[in-house]
Amino acid sequence: MNCEAAQNLLDAYLDGELDPPGRLEIERHMQDCGLCAHGYEERRALQRAVGGSGLRYKAPAELQQKIRFALRREANAEKPSRTVPRRWFAAAASVAIAALALLVVLPFMRGRAGDDLVAREVLAGHVRSLMANHLADVPSSDKHTVKPWFNGKLDFSPPVEDFAAQGFPLIGGRLDYIDNRPVAALVYQRRKHFINVFVWPASSDKQSPATIIERQGYDLFHWTKGGMNYWVVSDLEQNDLRNFVDMLQTEAAAVKS
Amino acid sequence: MDAAYNIARWLTRNERDAEDMVQESYLRAFKFFDAFTGVNARAWLLTIVRNTCYTWLQQNRGRELMTEFDEKIHSEQNEAWDPAAQAAKEIDGRMLTQAIEALPAEYREAVVLRDLEGLSYKEIAEVAAVPVGTVMSRLARARARLKRLLTERLKEKA
Repeated sequence: MNCEAAQNLLDAYLDGELDPPGRLEIERHMQDCGLCAHGYEERRALQRAVGGSGLRYKAPAELQQKIRFALRREANAEKPSRTVPRRWFAAAASVAIAALALLVVLPFMRGRAGDDLVAREVLAGHVRSLMANHLADVPSSDKHTVKPWFNGKLDFSPPVEDFAAQGFPLIGGRLDYIDNRPVAALVYQRRKHFINVFVWPASSDKQSPATIIERQGYDLFHWTKGGMNYWVVSDLEQNDLRNFVDMLQTEAAAVKS
Repeated sequence: MDAAYNIARWLTRNERDAEDMVQESYLRAFKFFDAFTGVNARAWLLTIVRNTCYTWLQQNRGRELMTEFDEKIHSEQNEAWDPAAQAAKEIDGRMLTQAIEALPAEYREAVVLRDLEGLSYKEIAEVAAVPVGTVMSRLARARARLKRLLTERLKEKA
């Protein structure tokens, strides 16, 4: 990466908006280039100054009162029926305000919690396994080696299958730590791409179909089946990964029954 | 409501108009609530606030919206704005406020949404109805310009 390219990406790097390979590249560049490293420090100092100077304006208390009143008037104007007591409109307006207020807060809570957090950990686990060159604790393509290896290391036995015949050979297994518990990580390969499959027991028997989350250029599939949570992550092309997910789901079902 | 008020306050640059913008936006949101089909309600509401403010800006401050200029974003070694230097530590809230207010509206909103409201590039892109790449370059240029403005002020002071 040259300076020109690095300078154009420094802000995105600062804001945590680069994908992991991009991050690595710019970090490497900054190790060798004082000017870009300095440019980054400048931007960081500026961002801190902006964020930490109490520049965020807070809505005045009267404004909320004013808006509540305006919304109530609006609700009254929309339905000018005399048969319903005015109090009802007031109540409706209050509900509307509460709904709007919730609307502003809720998606944030929902979006940041649960799956989103797990997705972050899963992706971090995947990237870590590739960066640290630590794909497998038990490197083996033999499921009869990989599966027993987890005995005594986990309080459950993950389903392990090899898909070499279908072009997704098993590379090995590894212990990882996700969602505050030790989990099984199974590693598969597809040409030059690696796939991490994280498995751990679900908190309930509820089944959920595979859903996909895209993040930083990676695709993450997750589902719950047979009392197990599955998370699959890779930089593989999405359709290819979906095929793998389908295979995994059928296979896991066949093993169970 | 703070986020709505904050962005309105920075775009209009005064309290009274900001309050009017927020009130109008909430009424619009209330009216068009049925039309909301997305997932991110916060971004949706901020989009309404932003558009309301822009309509107002067009009517009242037409010239401010003619903005796209080419700010050089490349770093130069610069004595006055060495983050570790004493001078840079003297930057206070008032200086920063003036510098941000001097930015064109599109750059100002990018900085406010990112550094004060903590929105992601994708969310800012949604609110401002531009591609993510545009958000990226606006932020880079906005920060470069902020730095230049602050450096000039620090020199004046010295």
